[in-house]
Formats: sequence, structure tokens, C-alpha cells
Amino acid sequence: MSQLNKQSTIVTALISIFLAMIIGSIAMQVAGYNPFAAYQALFVGSLFQAFDLGETIRTTTPLILTGLAVAIAFRTGLFNIGVEGQMIVAQLASLLVGIKLNLPPVLHMIVAVLVGGIAGAIWGFIPGFLKAVRGVNEVIICIMMNFIALYLSNVLVRNWLSEQGTDSTPKIPESASLRVDFLSEMFDSSRVHLGIIIALIMAFVMYILLWKTKRGYELRAVGYNPSAAEYAGINVKRNIILSMVISGFFAGLAGAGELLGTQGYMAIQSAFTGIGFDGIAVALLGANTPIGVILAALLFGVLTYGSQNMEHVAQVPPELIRVVVAAIIFFVAANISGILLGAVKKKRRAKES
Amino acid sequence: MNAVEMVGITKRFPGIVANDDIHLTVKQGEIHALLGENGAGKSTLMNVLFGLYQPEEGEIKIKNKKVTITGPTVANKLGIGMVHQHFMLVQPFTVTENIILGDERTSSGFIDYKKAEKEIQQLSDQYGLKVDPRAKASEISVGMQQRVEILKTLYRGADILIFDEPTAVLTPQEIEELIEIMRNLIKEGKTIIFITHKLKEIMSVCDRVTVIRRGKVIDTVNVADTDENELAALMVGREVSFEVNKEEAKPGEKVLEVKSLVVEDHRGIHVVDGLELEVRAGEVVGIAGVDGNGQSELIEAITGLMPVKDGLIQLNGKKINILGTRKIIEAGVGHIPEDRHKRGLVLDFSISENMVLQTYYKPPFSKGLIMQYREVDKYATRLIEEYDVRTPSQQTLARSLSGGNQQKAIIAREIDRNPNLLIAAQPTRGLDVGAIEFIHQRIIEHRDKGKAVLLVSFELDEILKLSDRIAVIYEGKIIGWVDPKTTTEEELGLLMAGRSKKEG
Ligand SMILES: Nc1ncnc2c1ncn2[C@@H]1O[C@H](COP(=O)(O)OP(=O)(O)OP(=O)(O)O)[C@@H](O)[C@H]1O
Ligand SMILES: [Mg+2]
Repeated sequence: MSQLNKQSTIVTALISIFLAMIIGSIAMQVAGYNPFAAYQALFVGSLFQAFDLGETIRTTTPLILTGLAVAIAFRTGLFNIGVEGQMIVAQLASLLVGIKLNLPPVLHMIVAVLVGGIAGAIWGFIPGFLKAVRGVNEVIICIMMNFIALYLSNVLVRNWLSEQGTDSTPKIPESASLRVDFLSEMFDSSRVHLGIIIALIMAFVMYILLWKTKRGYELRAVGYNPSAAEYAGINVKRNIILSMVISGFFAGLAGAGELLGTQGYMAIQSAFTGIGFDGIAVALLGANTPIGVILAALLFGVLTYGSQNMEHVAQVPPELIRVVVAAIIFFVAANISGILLGAVKKKRRAKES
Repeated sequence: MNAVEMVGITKRFPGIVANDDIHLTVKQGEIHALLGENGAGKSTLMNVLFGLYQPEEGEIKIKNKKVTITGPTVANKLGIGMVHQHFMLVQPFTVTENIILGDERTSSGFIDYKKAEKEIQQLSDQYGLKVDPRAKASEISVGMQQRVEILKTLYRGADILIFDEPTAVLTPQEIEELIEIMRNLIKEGKTIIFITHKLKEIMSVCDRVTVIRRGKVIDTVNVADTDENELAALMVGREVSFEVNKEEAKPGEKVLEVKSLVVEDHRGIHVVDGLELEVRAGEVVGIAGVDGNGQSELIEAITGLMPVKDGLIQLNGKKINILGTRKIIEAGVGHIPEDRHKRGLVLDFSISENMVLQTYYKPPFSKGLIMQYREVDKYATRLIEEYDVRTPSQQTLARSLSGGNQQKAIIAREIDRNPNLLIAAQPTRGLDVGAIEFIHQRIIEHRDKGKAVLLVSFELDEILKLSDRIAVIYEGKIIGWVDPKTTTEEELGLLMAGRSKKEG
């Protein structure tokens, strides 16, 4: 039974990706580009050289974590659209630890990562609490929390943290950085960092948490059927809050990784990075499972990083790849593959009889 | 003429053959009953006929013409309509909107609600359905919702109607009405396939009955040539006793004591209004009453699922109405809920996971923070065997069990926890006669272990058979106690209608 389900989600994902790439090529054709050259540039440019592979992994890293964050909330029946904001406060928190605290190398990094995660968790706690206690829709609160985070970070960066005459903060010291030489060297001095290890560990943590622990049993029960959970004496409110806190923690780690591994500083941002929102798509495509999320994040990482190369090599604007991404989401969400498969089966049956 | 002919239908699910070479012939204008144990494959067969499932083998003829039914839309076109056991009405919509949903007839692009309303009113009058086309779906009774579902099929022009266990959720009065409606439908030339576990209903309204056991057809018989005992034996494969063997109760200590209990619903109305009740160890107390007189709220209050406005609930002398559900369960309360899909099961959990819904956090099912799923599976396997829950494995999702087997799983879980107080609300809803016999026996055994049982049921029969004392509930109060050995259905009926004994 579950075997069958697994198969069909994989098939769904593959068909959706395939269809979306066809849509993408039609869009390219219409816009006057050669889709074959474009896709070739995309994949070759993201996977075939050590440096590019490293950069693809770096792009994938936060997507795994935001995908996991969305998936874990979703398993408890919650839609955490606030990942974006949780990432931003986490970046702020990690940055502060990075530039304001003086700690020995490895410890500094660990503290900075953890504080980032905790900041995200706190940002997730607020909508979770309001949902559980006041019954407010978490989606609305999450969206507002995103804007609060964005503008809060801009105010802090401009008025307090930025270096004289610039729009950005100083860089974090080496001791707090997630970059390590052996990784960079392995990938031809790309910016790949320890965040990927954290992300993979967290995927495993999610699996253990949801499917091996008591808490996970409760979280899933609440997600599937809150009335039955209540009947069984499970504290539904506490689990809703907890789910958002855990989700926020995962999102926070994504933010911490971006700051401590990739950017190293913060600047005034005019808009959201979109990594949090992409997490929603990643979770959806990955069917809210840890392995699925990792694979989906990798695909999105390839598409995102590869699209830059595509621009250089085939002169195709990266926006066209966003069309592919959007189409993937559309096909998965609308379960187009299910409809197609059903139609094929019916045809076959009609022919037989 | 044959309205429906199903020839050699085979339908498999992972691990099970739900329909095994089934032949079913339904004549034009008859009411044809499908009878079979829980999980025998009745719903599956009807879902095949309605196009929801595709059979692996076999063919279907409608009015002597061979057809391929690829979906409900095709079924509708062929004149087949189905009323599912779980209604599918859109709650905020009106009756009219619900009925025309998916079959909106437009004139120059607009839906003509006036016309639709008139047509629906006409249909309703024609068949005696007494449906108000303007009422909101969320505000009408279960019985009325079902009649709306029937109207829905009629509006689409169905003349072959499938009713999947329509009476399981109805009160006795509503069942009477439904049977009348079925007779009207036949008079107007319709054909009905009727699934029910209640032999009385088959005897009173059906022409022929096909008995299915474990996916195979056992026999098709004329109702006129058979009786309830024979039908029961055919379907279960052994003699079924309709009597419950029980000794005199030996009531002991007070287990449950409810004093001047008041419970408010979301509108602020006192649905339980100064209720007094007492259940002792070693006895079954039955609560009889018409639906909506506070039974559900009483149970939810005892189990901590609804706040108590006023009054006292004590379990073994300890106040429990402030404890919260988890503590109440730990104090020894078991609860077979009236709505198995809403409360009783997490449908997307496996049977295994469902079996430890209240005990998952205790050893041996968990150690420290970690679940011991191997122990959970072992436990589930034992319960599945003991309570004859028909499922391919303990890993099967609760969702894919037949309705009756879902119910058996819940009962197994609740009784096996060995609670001091077992609250059983409509415990045998949707169960076959064999399973009912078994569950009744289990409830009495539980009593004989010196435990208290509080039974709520709309089946007067069941209340009379199982209870040692019967309390009649009316408008949130217990308005009288009767002795099941001496009372009559008439006396109970009068009390349930709100006439207290003295006024008599
Ligand atoms: N969607 C499904 N997936 C897997 N197994 C299923 C599915 N639907 C039904 N089954 C299995 O097929 C068998 C027949 O089920 P069905 O629902 O037809 O029984 P039924 O005769 O209607 O029983 P009941 O009287 O309890 O409603 C059962 O063993 C059930 O577990
Ligand atoms: Mg059924």
C-alpha cells in the first residue's frame, strides 16, 4: 500500500517535471530562443564542473532547509508561508553573534548557527501561538511577520549595523564562518559551505522526529485529524505551536547558513530573496518527505544556478526558468499527472473490452 | 427486463480480492438488497457499478445493453445514481445549490435558480421527500441531508438508485420515512439496490436479496421465501443468535456520578440542563432518547471534549470535570465515539497506529522519547485477530477498511484498554449481525469484569437487550428510569417524547 503511494508520488513528480520542461521549451521557442541549447547550457553549466557543482550545492542548501521547514509544518496541518521572514530574523541573529561576540573558532560558528535557528523558531512561535490560542489563520500572520522581519532588518542594518557610508554591515569573522577550506578546495574554490552538512543532518532529524518519536506521532495525528487527536487526549494547541517552532527553527538554520556560509554580511534588502517561498514548492514536489525534499531542492538548485549559466552561454534570460519552476508547481498541485494516467488507463480498458 | 446485470465482476485491492467473480442481476422495478458481512465487498461492488472503481474482470449490462462505466458522469448518463454512506454536501450551500452542483442547467449563460427550485420542489412532492429547497445544508438534519442526496440523483434523471447503508445513520423514525420513500420510488418505476445490515428492513421492503460472503456471491433469494434467521446464517455461514446471554447484574460501587450537569453549545443554549446520572460497577446503563436531546454533549462533557458550564462529574469518587481529556482517559474512561470518522480514527494512519491512539506514549509502545513501532504492530496484530477486523495487514491505512471493520477496530481498542467506565455511543452502527452478536457479548463480558458501561444508542432493541437500567433523556435531562425487563417499547416511546411517567 505505502509502497504504491511512494511510487505514484515519484511518478507524479517526474511527469510534472517533464511536462514543465516542455512548457518551458515552448516559452523559449516563442521568445525566439533555442530550447535545446538552453537546457544543455543549464545542465552542463550546473553539474559538470567541480566549481559549478559546488555552487549548485550551495544554492541547494537553503532550499533543503526551507523545504523541510514547510514540509514539517504541513505534516501538522499548518501552512508556514513565513519561512522567508524566519530566515531574515535568523540572519540578523547570526550576524549579531558573528560580529558582536568574541568566541573561539568552532564554538563561535556553532553558537551563531544555533542562535539563528532559535531566532527563526521564535518568529515561527508567534503565528503558531496566535493560531492555537486565538484561532487566527497562520497564513495571514505569517505574511505580516515576513514584512515585519524585512523592514526590521533594514532599519537595524541602516541605523545601527552598517559601516559608515555604506548600505551593508561588516563581514563576520573567520571564526563564525561556515566556509571551510577543504570543501572549497574540493569544489574548485566555490562557495559551498558546511550548511549542506547541516541540511542533510536536518533531513535525517525530520525523519526521526516524525516517524520514530512520540512527538512525531502526535504531530502527525494532529495534522491528519485534529478532532481525533483531541479525542485521544493529545494536546492539539501545544502541538500546533510546537510544529511552528520546529518549522521556524529549520527556516532559521536556512537563514543562518546563508549568512554564515554564503554572504558573510547583511545589506539593505528591497525585497524577499524568494528562497523561503521556493521552499513551499520544494516541499510540494518532494511530497513532504525528507528524501523527496532533498531531491526536489537539488532540482531547484540546478534550475536556479544553471539558469545563470544559461544566460551566459545561450543568452536565454533566467526568467524563463522561473516559468519552468512555476509550471512544475502547477502540474504537481493540480495533479495533472494523475489525470493523465487515469485517462491512459481508461483508454486501455476501453480498447480491451 | 433486467435493470442491471453484473457478470463475473472481479475487483482486487492490494492484498485482497474484494469482489471475486460476482454475478448480480437486478430486475426492473424491484428493491434488491445486498447483504453481507463487514468487508464482504458490497460497497466495492456498488462503486464498480457507479464507475468509481474499474473492475479487473467482468462486464456490466444496463437494461440489457453492454456498457463500460468509466466514471460517475457516465453512470449518471446511464441513469444510475448513488447515495453514499458518507454524505457529500457542500455545507454553506442551499439545498438547491447542492442539488444542481455539477449539473447546472443554464439559459443564455445564467443559472435559473427559480426554475431549478421549482423543479426540485416538484420532485420532492412527487416522491414525498419533504425537502425545503431553500434551506442551508449546514442547518438540516441527517435524515434530510440524506433525502437531499436522493433528490440529487433524481434531479439527474436516475432510475436505478444505489443506497449504501442509508439507514445506519438514521433514527428509527427517519428509517420509517425512508422506507416509505423507497416504496414511492418503486411506484414511480424506479429500481433500487439497497445495502443494509438490518434484516428487518430487508424483510419489510425488499423483493429479492443477494448474499455476499468474502467477495463471493452465496445466493440470491426471494424475500418472501426466507426469514431473518436463514438470511443471517447464509451471510455469516453459521447460526446467529439474536439474543444476548447475560446473567443478573451485580452492581457495586458508584463509578460514574453526574450531578446537576449543565453544558452549553456554541449558541449558548443549555443542551444538557441539570442532568443527574449514576452508573455503578458491574452494570450497563442505557440512555434512550430521540437524537439531539443532549446525548452527544453529555458524553463529550464526561470525556473532557466539551467544557462543563455547571455541575459535577465524578469518577470513582474523584471530580474529573476539570481534568482534560488525557487525564480523564488515564483515570479509566474508554469511549467508543458516535462518529468514527470524526473522532474515532485517524484515517490516514495505519490500523496499527490507530490501535494506540490513547496509549502510544506508554510502555511498551514507547521507550523514552522513541516509539516502539514493533511493539505497536504486535499489539495491533493481536487485536485484529481477537476482534476479527478484516484487513490485509496491520499496516493498511484505516481509510481503506470497510466501514464496519473500522468500527470493529475502534471497539477493540477501547475495550482492550479495560476502562473502569466504558462509554459506548452507537457501538454497533454499520456492523453486520454476526459482529453485533460478538460485540454485544464483549460489552457484557466487560460488565461482568466489574466495570461500568454507559450505552447510548438509537436502537431501542439494543438498549433493551444490553441495559440493566435504562435512563430516558429528554431536552438535556433524565426524565425517567425504566427497567428493561418490564418496560415496553410503548412506555419508552412516550417517555422519549417527553411525557414523564407520572403524567403517564
Ligand atoms: N480503496 C481501497 N483500498 C484498499 N482496500 C480496500 C479499498 N476499499 C475497500 N477495500 C477492501 O475491500 C474489502 C471490501 O470492502 P467493502 O468496503 O466493499 O466492504 P463492505 O461489504 O461494504 O463492508 P461494510 O459492511 O463494513 O461496509 C475490505 O476488505 C476492504 O478492506
Ligand atoms: Mg460498505
